[in-house]
Amino acid sequence: MIRGLAKRFGDKIAVNGVDLDVPAGSFYGLVGPNGAGKTTTLSMATGLLRPDHGQVWVHGVDVWKRPLEAKKLMGILPDGVRLFDRLTGEQLVTYAGLLRGMDRDTVAERVTDLLRALDLTNDAGTLVVDYSAGMTKKIALASALIHAPSLLVLDEPFESVDPVSAANIRDILSSYVSSGGSVIVSSHVMDLVQRMCDHVAVIAAGAVLAAGTVDEVRGESSLEDRFVELVGGRSTAEGLTWLRTS
Amino acid sequence: MVAHLLRLKLTLLRNSLKRSTWALVGVILGGLYGLGMLGLLIVGLIFLGSADPEVIRNVLVIGGSAVVLGWIVVPMVSSGIDMTLDPARFVTFAVPMRQLVAGLALGAVIGIPGVITLLAALAQVGTWIRYPAAAVAALVCAVLAVLLCVVASRLATTAVISLTSSRRFKDVSSMVVLVPIILMGPIIAGIAAGFESSVGFATELAAVLGWTPLGFFWAVPADVADGDYLTAVLRFVLGVATVAVLAWLWKTILARALVTPAHHAVTRKAAGNLGFFARFPATPTGAVAARALTYWARDPRYLGSIVIVPLVPLLMLFLAYQSGDYTMLNFVGPIIAFLLAWSISADISYDNTAFWLHLSTGVSGWADRAGRALAVGVISAPAVLVFTVGPLWISGSLEDLPVMLGLSVGVLLTGIGFSSVVSARYTYNVPLPGESPLKTPPGSGFSMFAIQIIGWLVLTVLVLPELGLTIAYFVTGDSAFGWLTLVVGCVLGTALLIGGLKLGGRWYDRRAPELLQAVAVNK
Repeated sequence: MIRGLAKRFGDKIAVNGVDLDVPAGSFYGLVGPNGAGKTTTLSMATGLLRPDHGQVWVHGVDVWKRPLEAKKLMGILPDGVRLFDRLTGEQLVTYAGLLRGMDRDTVAERVTDLLRALDLTNDAGTLVVDYSAGMTKKIALASALIHAPSLLVLDEPFESVDPVSAANIRDILSSYVSSGGSVIVSSHVMDLVQRMCDHVAVIAAGAVLAAGTVDEVRGESSLEDRFVELVGGRSTAEGLTWLRTS
Repeated sequence: MVAHLLRLKLTLLRNSLKRSTWALVGVILGGLYGLGMLGLLIVGLIFLGSADPEVIRNVLVIGGSAVVLGWIVVPMVSSGIDMTLDPARFVTFAVPMRQLVAGLALGAVIGIPGVITLLAALAQVGTWIRYPAAAVAALVCAVLAVLLCVVASRLATTAVISLTSSRRFKDVSSMVVLVPIILMGPIIAGIAAGFESSVGFATELAAVLGWTPLGFFWAVPADVADGDYLTAVLRFVLGVATVAVLAWLWKTILARALVTPAHHAVTRKAAGNLGFFARFPATPTGAVAARALTYWARDPRYLGSIVIVPLVPLLMLFLAYQSGDYTMLNFVGPIIAFLLAWSISADISYDNTAFWLHLSTGVSGWADRAGRALAVGVISAPAVLVFTVGPLWISGSLEDLPVMLGLSVGVLLTGIGFSSVVSARYTYNVPLPGESPLKTPPGSGFSMFAIQIIGWLVLTVLVLPELGLTIAYFVTGDSAFGWLTLVVGCVLGTALLIGGLKLGGRWYDRRAPELLQAVAVNK
């Protein structure tokens, strides 16, 4: 649950009073054009970026007043940050588990499971710096899952991930939601959000334009058309007459 | 097309200046400094004209050859070199080969090193102004020599491009290059000693260099001034041939590089080797220590600090040799303790945004601080011990062991404690993960300088008790002071270490999100 979240960078107001209610057990999609404030909102909601205004609660725990408790409940996959990439994939996920104070045996067991589920077993001993972009996303996702959180916050989890892995990840997330976990994903891909999520919020220019279940938000049209309608800025392709080949 | 490439380079240069006011200020100050040095160089070259022709020849040939060598070597070893016009970026544009080569060559001249080299080379016209024929030759040769620099440098970079795309090569080369840079002083002094010891050394060196591709063009004006036109023509032809061969080679390699995109094979390794993670306790502190120690072993930015350790005694030995006072060698231990302890003062800056993992997992400040301190302790304790006991043992003054050990231990513990506080509060731009440890990131200048200087001063104040006792020991020669230093070093050092970890941990707990934002600025 997010109330009145706001952040200003210099003169630019990146996020301007965002209110969101993410029901427990929902698969929540966050969509918006580039620079809409998705990443900033998620960073503030997960305790990575201190908001100028507003509050965030996760299962009733105030993220900025009781950060340690809130962080135990959350698994995070941020976008556009580095990893400790001179560790091997196996070491990185182990590190994430140990940092959370888990015991060695549980960590080892879960690391093996996660690497197998994400199809990284054969590359577990390779340094993360030598991974492809998609593999890097997957290993970061594994680090977010290791402590079995009750809320997953994933910023662009499917970017540069190959279709087979993406399908595997979707399966993992769906079964996670059906077992009672909550997921928030941000994405550019409307189609994916429409198929995967049960709730969606459209964000543009740092404010929520629409939020609710996917069916409420899209109404009669497809999510993509509704999104374009809300955000605007669609230009017709008539200008490029010379691009026609015939 | 050539004009397009030049305009691209200029635009890139201009835009890089527009990014931040402070970067611009830095560039202007650097530029002024460069201009000042260039001015001095030009004035020097013009005054050189009144010297004996033989002297002029030696200076120009040796200096010029060094410049060409620099153009070849520096880009190969420094991964922070200007790759704005990296040929790989033009793969998708169908630029005709001939124009691409010309554009890239001219583009390389634009930029601070290129312009400085060109102006300095042209200044030798002033040197030869008393010999009109030589001055004309100097003008032509200056331009050709700069062309040689550029083509040779581009050839070298293009040739190693497939190598440098491999991470391992980058890691190794960026550390190997540290060695000559640290030993620069002794090397230069060695060469200078060579000049002093034999008057003919410079003449011989210049004569040899004059017949190598490095020195052809620089020797031609001197031949003309001597009236030795045959040699001049011969060298000139050889020089032009060198440029032509290098240009042809470059073009060939470039053509091949454009159709074979760089790829690097990575050997896939399966799970099973947890390295340090298996050897440290399975607690957050142990995990942080294992991670930090893995970085000490794998990241060139940390490895660089370790490479320096054995070089410190070498450097000290050299200084001692020059001054004839060998007692300072006994202080190698405390100096290494100081360097290693201070090296974690920018630990969070080195993590860069990877630090988010610590933040999101809710690691306590104490665990973060203690883990990093533990890692540097594991590295530095044996090193400091060896380099404290070693020199005393060799010089046969083991009776000084208590005092030196006390000082080393005091400096090490206090330094680690203090660094733990500094890195929890101050961040500055450091080379990013994967970059050469030598690269100075833009805009790092002032804040880094201030933090370092003030930090060193504070650290000196914190170890004043040990320092005072050490001085008292050496003045009075009373061994009681020596044992007292050892006790104070251990006790006070431990107290300051724990205090530093606690204070750093508390600051970390309060400011971790702000720290992440501060390091994210430089990514």
